Parts: sequence; C-alpha cells; structure tokens
Amino acid sequence: MRFGRNKIKNDQVHVPDGFFNAPTSVATGLIAAGAVGFSLQRANREIRETGPALAGLTAAFVFAVQMVNFPVGAGTSGHLLGGALAAALVGPWTAVLVMSTVLLVQGLLFADGGLTALGTNITLMGLITVLVGYFLIRAVLRVLPRRVGSVVPAATFGALVSVPVAALAFTGLYAIGGAVDIPIGKLATAMVGWHILVGIGEAVITAAVLSAVVATRPDLVYAARHLQQDLVLVDADGNTSTVSPDKPIAAKPAGRSLGVGVAVTLVVAGGLSLFASAHPDGLEFVGAKLGFESAAKGSAVAGSPLADYGVSGIGNSEVSGALAGIIGVLITIVVGLGIAKLASLRANKAS
Amino acid sequence: MSGDGLLVTVDSHVHRVPAQVKVVALFVFVLAVVSTPAGIFWAFGLYAVILATAVVVARLPLPVVSRRLAVETPFIVFALLLPFVATGPQIDVLGVQLSQTGVLGAWNVLAKGTLGVVAAILLSATTAPRDLLGGLERLRLPATLVAILSFMVRYLSVVSDDLHRMRIARESRGYTGGRVGHLKAVAGGVGSLFVRSFERGERVHLAMRSRGYTGRMPTLGQPGATRSQWAQGLAISLLAVVIAVAARVVAS
Repeated sequence: MRFGRNKIKNDQVHVPDGFFNAPTSVATGLIAAGAVGFSLQRANREIRETGPALAGLTAAFVFAVQMVNFPVGAGTSGHLLGGALAAALVGPWTAVLVMSTVLLVQGLLFADGGLTALGTNITLMGLITVLVGYFLIRAVLRVLPRRVGSVVPAATFGALVSVPVAALAFTGLYAIGGAVDIPIGKLATAMVGWHILVGIGEAVITAAVLSAVVATRPDLVYAARHLQQDLVLVDADGNTSTVSPDKPIAAKPAGRSLGVGVAVTLVVAGGLSLFASAHPDGLEFVGAKLGFESAAKGSAVAGSPLADYGVSGIGNSEVSGALAGIIGVLITIVVGLGIAKLASLRANKAS
Repeated sequence: MSGDGLLVTVDSHVHRVPAQVKVVALFVFVLAVVSTPAGIFWAFGLYAVILATAVVVARLPLPVVSRRLAVETPFIVFALLLPFVATGPQIDVLGVQLSQTGVLGAWNVLAKGTLGVVAAILLSATTAPRDLLGGLERLRLPATLVAILSFMVRYLSVVSDDLHRMRIARESRGYTGGRVGHLKAVAGGVGSLFVRSFERGERVHLAMRSRGYTGRMPTLGQPGATRSQWAQGLAISLLAVVIAVAARVVAS
C-alpha cells in the first residue's frame, strides 16, 4: 500500500511485522511462495531464452522508478507501485517475479517491511496488483481496436482498478487476521476510498510511461505483442507481400485461464462498485483528511465525531458491501490458485 | 541508491555470522515476537533487550538504526488512530473515550512493528548483498530466483545512476519543479529508462551466452555454516521462542 504524498522519497508503505497475526503471515507467505514458484515455472521458457539478467534489470528499473516523483495534478505528486505497468511490459509471470524480487530486496537489503510480513507484501503488491492488472489489460484489449496503441488505455484501466483491489485484499486480510477489532466496513471504506485516489495517480503515471515506451519500442510491450501489424514488403516490381514480424519467445498465452480470470475480476469489481455506491460520501471525506478519521466521520450521523468513533454500529448495507468485497477477493485468491494448479497440470501434459 | 543496501562496513561478531544463519535466526525471532500476546509487556521488554544487545555487538551506529525506523511512520499513524476507531469496551483517558482493545492494539502494532524493523535493520546492516544472496542460495531458494535477485542487486546502482543522469538532463532543459505539464517529460524519461534497462538486459545475456553461460549460474560460493555457527545464531531465536511460549502460558 502506498500513500502518495509530496516530497517524501521512497515512501511506499510496506506492511510491518505484527500487523497481522502469525497464522495470517504464514498463510500469505505460503500463497506468495506458491505464486513465485508457479510464476517461475510459467516464465521458465522465456527466462531460458532471454536470461535472468533481463528480469533482474526490469526489477532494478521498477525499484528505481518507485522513487520518482511524478506530478499528477492538483499540486500533488504520485509514486508508482508498478504492478500493472510491469505486467503490461514483461507479461504477468515475469512481472510477478519482478515485483517479488523488488519486495524481497526492499525487505532484506533495505529493511522496508518486516521479515514475517514479506509474504503479505508480496501477495498484496506483487501478486494481486500484477494479476488483476494483467487480466484487465487483456480483457480491455479484446474490445479495443487491434492496434498496439490500445494497450495504453487498457493498462490505464488495469492500473486504476488493481490498486483499490489490492487495498480491498488488505482489508480482507485484516478481517481474517487483524490484531484489533475495527469495524471492517469503516476500514474498507477508508482503504478503498483512499486507494481509488492512489489508483488514479497510478493510472495516470502508467499511461504516461507506457505511451512513451509504445512510441519508441512498441515491440517490447508484452501485452501488445500479438497486436503488432504484419510487415508489408514491396519488391522491385511493385508486388507486395506481408510477413509477420518476428515473434519474441513468450510464455504460453494464458488461454482459457484468462477468461476465468476476467470473470473473477469482474466479480471483484462488482463487489467494489456495490460497495462504493453504498458510501456516496466516502470519497470526498477521504480526499480531505487521512483515511480512517474521515471514514469514521462519514458514517457519523451528527454531533461530536469522537462519540461516534467507538461502538457506533455499522449499517446493514455497510456490512453486506464489505462482505461482498472481501468474498470477491477471497474468491480471486482461491480461484487464482485453482487456475494455477489446473494450468500447471495442463502444461505438464502438453510438454 | 547504492547497491549495497544498508550495509555498515565494520567488522563485528554479528557481521561474521553466515548470512543463511542470520536470515533463519532473525525470521524465527520475529515470528516469536509476532505470536506473543500483546498484553504480556515484560516479554517485549526482553525482546528489546536481546535486539539492543545484538545491535551493540554489531557496532551499528545509532543514527543508521533510528533513520531507518522512519519507514514505520505510516503505521505509527495507523496505530495511533486505533484507540479511536476500534470497538469494544471504552476507557476514559483524560476525558477522551478510547477503546480498550484499540489501545492494546496500538501497542501491539507499535511494539511488534518496531521490533520487526530493528531486526530487519540488523540483518541488512550486517550482511553484504552478495553474502545475503549466497545465503539465500544455501537456503535452497530456486536458482532462477537467486539469479534474478543477483542481477537486480548488481545493476541497481547502474539503473539508478541512469535515472539520475536523466533527471539532470531533464532539469537542465527547464523541467524543474513539479507542474502537471512536466508529466510527459518525466514519464518519457522513465519510458526510455525501461527501454535502456531492457536492452541492457539483452546485451548482458548475450555477453553471458558468448562466454559459455548455459542456463545455470555458477554457484555464489557461500561456504556452508558450521554446526557451532548455527547453534550460536539460533540461540537468540530459541531464547525468543522460549519467551514467546512463556508469555502464552502466562496469558492463558
């Protein structure tokens, strides 16, 4: 999770130790390890062809770029999380490896985030943002015109949605293994509300960076490789013939799992919108003040706000909305792991 | 940003412990801290004493440790808000209604988070990145992942310097400050940084291939840890585990 703020260098926020209880940390650690292992297997062919140096340098790139201040409007600057951007540039499986590498180096070499929280951080920032981002990119690309340039709006949308989904996943984890009883509805409103703002910044930056890459080396953009135009050759007699451009070695296209992933993302997005509409006033409050204060205010009816922080009951719609979101994320994780299992079975059979 | 991470280059007993032992020992230590019930205050006091001793033995300058603690700030803010937003029985502190579980939860996040960050600082400040990678390899991390990690660590300063030069070039052309109109310039620089990094990665790989790379990195050659080194390193974590178990027994 990151709180984009002015003039603080390297201010991405990693979950520290002790934020979630030990079983949750261990469980997310297992999810992260499984995801990294699976990504290694999926990206194996590609990495054998292009070498680990490429992934390593991409990770160094993401690490460096996370410290760049991007002016995103209204006098504020934003930072890049980079999940959706990495997915668009190098593909989902390599991107999971890249983001996990970045988080490992930040955790082990720079003491950002705790050792036992590494799994949580990788799951939230390395896995969920990348996969949700990539599935959305592919989904949007299907409806947009078949041009390489279409990858920019697709990635913009992917970046925009992936950040609040990760925030929602954080809330879900908190509901399962958070140390303190906070009304989950309030937490979810605050987290998602705030991270929609962060997501807008992420989307703007992703679009700007990706269009710069598309302008110079469109062939490098993984998510748009299948959209490259055929080369038209004209010989001396004026006869034209078309040749398909050299296709770089790519990991196997996601195929059927893509459809399932898109469906799952839609379910999550559905939960999200349902949830957002339950709190029409959530966003403006979060924009005005720090998340949690404002969320509490948002559900306060009137009078002294402090009196309403504590036991004030959560409305029915809040509960159902939050539940919808959390269940969505849970399904995402479970189905994601299921897809992983299925796909690896199929990959084994095919080879 | 140097590729050396937070490494403090002094020679100390902690620096000489093999990296794989340090990683495992600190991980177990933090796991013990995390699973200690928040209400058992003396346990956290003992953990703090253990860590402080290790920091002193490692001869780490205090400014390095305290500066790095700043990464925790957003969660301190979160922790300080907990007493106001958490539910449960209320207590009255100086005329303000606070949630009892919230106060305990704030303490929980603060204590465990701080101990965890200090443990992570202890690891990163006493272990050279190269040794750390060797240690991870010894801990049977997949070879490809270690290779990716090692390339990232090696080229981190190269890529950061590239970025730095681009920023100087951009600002020399008048794109200073942070107006929205500059987004295109900043993003253009970052876009070409990606292209440069990608192409560098391809070149490095081809150079490796032409020198006989066949898909397996030669081992980083971290020597194995002896039994006594493991015993020494794990003694601290075992102590922490004993404290955690004792705290659980007391709490129940």
